[in-house]
Amino acid sequence: MFLTFCKIGAFTLGGGYAMLPIMEREVVDRHHWLTHEEFLDVLAVAQSMPGLFAINMASHIGIRHSGVKSGIICSLGVAFPSIVAILLIAMFFQVFKDNIYVEKIFLGIRPAVVALIASPCFSMARAAHLTLSNIWIPIVCCLLITCFDVSPVWIILAAIIAGFLWGRRRSAKKKNNFDKD
Amino acid sequence: MIFLRLFLVFSKIGIFNFGGGYAMLSLIHNEVVEKNHWLTSTEFTDIVAISQSTPGPIGINCATYTGYTAVLNDGYPQWVAVLGAVFATLCVLWLPFLLMVAVSKVMLRYAKSDRVTSVFSVLRPAIIGLIAAAAILLMSADNFGNPSTETFKFVTSIILFFFAFFGCRLFKIHPILIILLCGIAGLLIY
Repeated sequence: MFLTFCKIGAFTLGGGYAMLPIMEREVVDRHHWLTHEEFLDVLAVAQSMPGLFAINMASHIGIRHSGVKSGIICSLGVAFPSIVAILLIAMFFQVFKDNIYVEKIFLGIRPAVVALIASPCFSMARAAHLTLSNIWIPIVCCLLITCFDVSPVWIILAAIIAGFLWGRRRSAKKKNNFDKD
Repeated sequence: MIFLRLFLVFSKIGIFNFGGGYAMLSLIHNEVVEKNHWLTSTEFTDIVAISQSTPGPIGINCATYTGYTAVLNDGYPQWVAVLGAVFATLCVLWLPFLLMVAVSKVMLRYAKSDRVTSVFSVLRPAIIGLIAAAAILLMSADNFGNPSTETFKFVTSIILFFFAFFGCRLFKIHPILIILLCGIAGLLIY
């Protein structure tokens, strides 16, 4: 299991959702650790839990298959290749970061990275069903962080509480309507 | 002392991460760059670039790199820095893992319940705000150049920014290819 998840970790650049197809092929088609339906359930859980998506997938697959120990093994398996790769790069980077050519390359890369970070906002807006009625949520959150130095931790907590209360009010309303009928 | 702070910061980053790697960037930036000064804003941008082009989730990559650099800058030898890197990475993982163990049986029913759906109907838009904030915070003079004193660097950066943005949005060029092309452009232009 460790080796399989090492492979999944090593061959997915960019992380997260990029590793879903290869994970499904290994876990469902090749090793039959889970059925296709179980895999979709694991996906739903991994998305709604805090933590890294890829690690959540790995740990939940491991736990479902054969308990906590396999969960740990699978998570470490996914993390292992990237830890090794980044460690090597970190050592290399400490030595070479003042090299003039490396600096030139990164001068070109930096603006591109900012663009790559900005880009998923727009594709995610569609997935989150952003409309005129809730577009204020991301705008306010963004302003709070950039202009008022609010820690993202508070924003996430506030969003969870607000969503919870909103859901409770909505279900109370539904129940009221039901009682009236 | 540095290990205790790494532990606190990266445990926090792990448990407050919803919605994938990009969503945690503003949180990591806030903790690692602004509060603890373990990395500069440019170093942070460079790590995101490196994370994009190396295997594994961005969160893991950031934790490993920051752990290594922070311990090294604190005056410890290299082998301690390697331990610091592994330690910081494990700190990101352990709380979500415990939570996963605790709820893995109940969660299946729970993940599709109305309550969770309504929490995410607010959390998802908020996360988009977090990602946008990370992008805006990185649009700094450090990364783009100062418009009045470094006009050439600034204009070039803006052009590269729009190339990357539209290349990714409209033409679906792979992010790694974009990073590679912009790196070559930087080498040739500057």
